[in-house]
Amino acid sequence: MIERTPILNIVTHLILASGLILLLLPMYLTIVAASHTLNDVIAVPPNLLPGDQLWVNLTEAWTKGHLGDRFLNTFIVAFGVMTGKIVMSCITAFGLVFFDHRLKMPIFWLIFITLMLPLEVRIVPTYAVAANALLPFQTLLDLSGITWLISAVSGIEVKMEWNLLNSYAGLIMPLVATATGTFLYRQFFLTIPEELVEAAKMDGAGPLRFLWDVLIPLSRTNIAALATIMFVYAWNQYLWPLLVVTDQSYAMVAVELGRLVPKLSATGGEVPKWHIAMAGTLIVMLPPILVVIFMQRWFVRGLINTDK
Amino acid sequence: MAQISIRNVRKSYAKQEVVHGVDLEVATGEFIVILGPSGCGKSTLLRMIAGLESVTSGDITIDNRVVNDLEPHQRGCAMVFQNYALYPHMTVAENIGYALKVAGLPKVDRLARVQAVATSVGLTEFLERRPGQLSGGQRQRVAMARAIIREPKVFLFDEPLSNLDAKLRVQMRHEIRRIHNHIHATSVFVTHDQQEGMTLADRLVVMNKGVIEQVGTPEEIYHRPASVYVGGFIGSPAMNFLSGQISAQDSAVVLANGAKIPLPVPLAAAHDGQFTQIGLRPEELALVPAGKGAFDAAFEFAEELGAARLYHFQFEDLMLTVLSADKPAVEKGKPMGIRIGAGAVHLFAADTGKRLSAKVGSRERELV
Amino acid sequence: MRRAYFKNNWIAALMVTPQLIVVFTFFYFPASQAMYWAFTLEQPWGGGNTWVGLDNFRAILSDDLYWSSVWLSIVFALGSTALAVGMALILAIFVDRQLAGYKAYKIGMIWPYAIAAPAVGLAFRFIFSPGAGIMMFVNQVFPDLWNPVENGTQAMAMVILAGAWKQVAYNFIFFLAGLQSIPRSLIEAGAMDGARTLRRMRDIQLPLLAPTFFFVLVINITDSFTDSFGIIDTMTAGGPSRATNLMVYKIFNDGFQGLDYSGAAAQSIILMGLVIALTFVQFRYIERKVHYT
Ligand SMILES: Nc1ncnc2c1ncn2[C@@H]1O[C@H](COP(=O)(O)OP(=O)(O)OP(=O)(O)O)[C@@H](O)[C@H]1O
Ligand SMILES: [Mg+2]
Repeated sequence: MIERTPILNIVTHLILASGLILLLLPMYLTIVAASHTLNDVIAVPPNLLPGDQLWVNLTEAWTKGHLGDRFLNTFIVAFGVMTGKIVMSCITAFGLVFFDHRLKMPIFWLIFITLMLPLEVRIVPTYAVAANALLPFQTLLDLSGITWLISAVSGIEVKMEWNLLNSYAGLIMPLVATATGTFLYRQFFLTIPEELVEAAKMDGAGPLRFLWDVLIPLSRTNIAALATIMFVYAWNQYLWPLLVVTDQSYAMVAVELGRLVPKLSATGGEVPKWHIAMAGTLIVMLPPILVVIFMQRWFVRGLINTDK
Repeated sequence: MAQISIRNVRKSYAKQEVVHGVDLEVATGEFIVILGPSGCGKSTLLRMIAGLESVTSGDITIDNRVVNDLEPHQRGCAMVFQNYALYPHMTVAENIGYALKVAGLPKVDRLARVQAVATSVGLTEFLERRPGQLSGGQRQRVAMARAIIREPKVFLFDEPLSNLDAKLRVQMRHEIRRIHNHIHATSVFVTHDQQEGMTLADRLVVMNKGVIEQVGTPEEIYHRPASVYVGGFIGSPAMNFLSGQISAQDSAVVLANGAKIPLPVPLAAAHDGQFTQIGLRPEELALVPAGKGAFDAAFEFAEELGAARLYHFQFEDLMLTVLSADKPAVEKGKPMGIRIGAGAVHLFAADTGKRLSAKVGSRERELV
Repeated sequence: MRRAYFKNNWIAALMVTPQLIVVFTFFYFPASQAMYWAFTLEQPWGGGNTWVGLDNFRAILSDDLYWSSVWLSIVFALGSTALAVGMALILAIFVDRQLAGYKAYKIGMIWPYAIAAPAVGLAFRFIFSPGAGIMMFVNQVFPDLWNPVENGTQAMAMVILAGAWKQVAYNFIFFLAGLQSIPRSLIEAGAMDGARTLRRMRDIQLPLLAPTFFFVLVINITDSFTDSFGIIDTMTAGGPSRATNLMVYKIFNDGFQGLDYSGAAAQSIILMGLVIALTFVQFRYIERKVHYT
């Protein structure tokens, strides 16, 4: 469009540039702090330019925070959440969209409602489940009287137990238990024209064939989007690993960050090691930032379709 | 009311040129229709006149003022978009009056004018509705009203009727012509529907692949297409094409199988030996018994059109169509003679595709 | 409605079962467990829970500390939402002009989405730390001006800023997408009608963005009730003197530090109710989506 708005263009750039500065400044200050010694960090007047200690601090944060191990754990969990979510959402949505049965809508709602309650809100009871993942089934058996029946008949006490604390399964499964991906897939499957299903039937393809040969290739964009969102989501988990991990060999990065600086309530006169903490922060931020920038196009589409 | 000139206008997106040097003069009050197939650059040309696209090179003037760098609202144009582009959150009245509101017209005057325009296009009952609550035809009227109320010097239309059903399309076509006859704004109307173009236009502009193939009244374009392309594009059913060579000696075009199609002497003389494409309109051919026409062809099948019948013939390796209102009975596989009406031969150079005519001095004289 | 379906319903059953099991185990069971705890009280010396009806709720609702955490959550929600939504809206509407550098601006505004709440918390805690960097300098010039470690209001301002900063990218993505889904021809029609850039923003783009706006608003408020944990835990741990003890943080503390499951469960239920109510409000607004013509 032909429009000459020189003043407005300058104003636009000014606004956008200041927005960008506001968003980038914390990152910059973090880098500055991560590249100085502690004395320089708490010097007055403050250093506003990066120093030369970046590498030293990064290595110290890496070793002191055991970030090597934490990275490995976090990657395993992120990968598990990613695949679990993609596979499960895809097949669930498939079962809900391409078949006709009476339970279809009830099941959809049963799953859809979980969108409303994030893990943080139901953290206390979920934790109880993590201590024994079979508790729900034990409770079902108890309530339905089957436990009593079995012990009365055979004298055997039915005690099911599967402790998820300090395990990858415990870290991964509750994070997979929401409907985000299912919803995204369902929306996408609903846009698939019926003729495609009919054509597949004419060609003699059964449902599984159709899923594999048609739907999955068509939903590559969704997979990319969901993978990005889930990677970031899992990588950044804080509260849940804080609770279920007591054995540090399962610890995740975000939780480790919290340990780099003592709790505000706990600080005595001692100055926190800001330079190390900021170096650690940088390291931990990096993988998800790279993923988001790389996958920008797909991930934006996914986010908008899921409504989170 | 204004006069528009377009001088050697080009448009490129990135590296790709999509309009390759267009020249066009539009007289004051004229109704010009730009006709062409999808993707030929019609919309692009129209949007350059509107100021929605910049021109890459060349000049567009409105009333002798170069408008290349003017913003859309400074050009005095109004535009009707294909999808109407009505503001979904405003009522019909607000949609129609928006331009006046932006121009700062007091509310009372605005309402009066909205009322007047709405009456003229038959929208008075719908003023308080939103576009979403209107039918396609009613939306179309709102889009028209929105353009009319600004009393523009130039009216631009980008396929405004293509979302309507066939009947409504004809009705709106009449309406547009009626409004034009009433307010006489210079109008440029883009369409790919040739019937729409023929009926609406004072002059037609036929475009193809980013260039203008021909400009002329609908009559001229139908009777004297300037190129193979225009001949094939205008007219329904489409023109038949045969290849041959002109022979001045025979004063005819000699086809590959030896059949001769007679030509006027001066025309044959002017292009002796030239390889040519002959265009024959189906409605200008007639069926006669075998051997009595210019050549014979084997009958394949016929399509009933009601008022006439369209006959398909096999001639050498191509299909030939003849439109006949007499509807003679013909047997499949049997040869029939095909007679060519007087003045029905359109000759085009085989290499350039341009129309061949007999030139006398510098003045072109059509002798066919 | 669709007509073309596959007939083998047992395959469908097989497909939905895994998710149903997971959802039951980690969602419905815990939710019902929370209900159970909320209406019962654990006996100090074992022996199971006794039914206490609404006692737990009564105890919470008459607790000043609870009400103060509700109040703080509201302040945090409104503060961070107003900042994050406002900033994202302005940035998105100007980025949408697609001037030179548009792609760079876009990436520059999207990347913070990737950052974990505790990382944001830690970075902001450092930046606003009275004992290091810029704020230390400010304090030297104006003694005792800034000390969020002692001053509750300043601590709240600090966590609001961090929370808002984290949310801007998310909102920006939605606003930009909303703006780009407005048909181009509407903007052009506006230009033909003589409306210039700012006028078009006001008369055409902003009104048509309303559904996105309400959606983002509600999501932000909901998120601020739930997602704030990482920020609070790393920045202030609810202090000083409970000045930033938001609802989620209090539930965590009461449940896992204080081991008062019944109280925590009752609080969880109230919070769940709140979140569900907000979600329904959101659906009502989403329904009012503008119909483009
Ligand atoms: N923004 C753009 N960027 C690149 N190429 C474009 C752009 N807009 C149009 N084109 C190209 O320019 C050519 C002409 O487009 P234009 O819209 O003018 O066609 P049209 O004649 O109006 O066709 P239709 O009848 O389908 O509307 C097309 O080949 C199209 O691909
Ligand atoms: Mg077009």
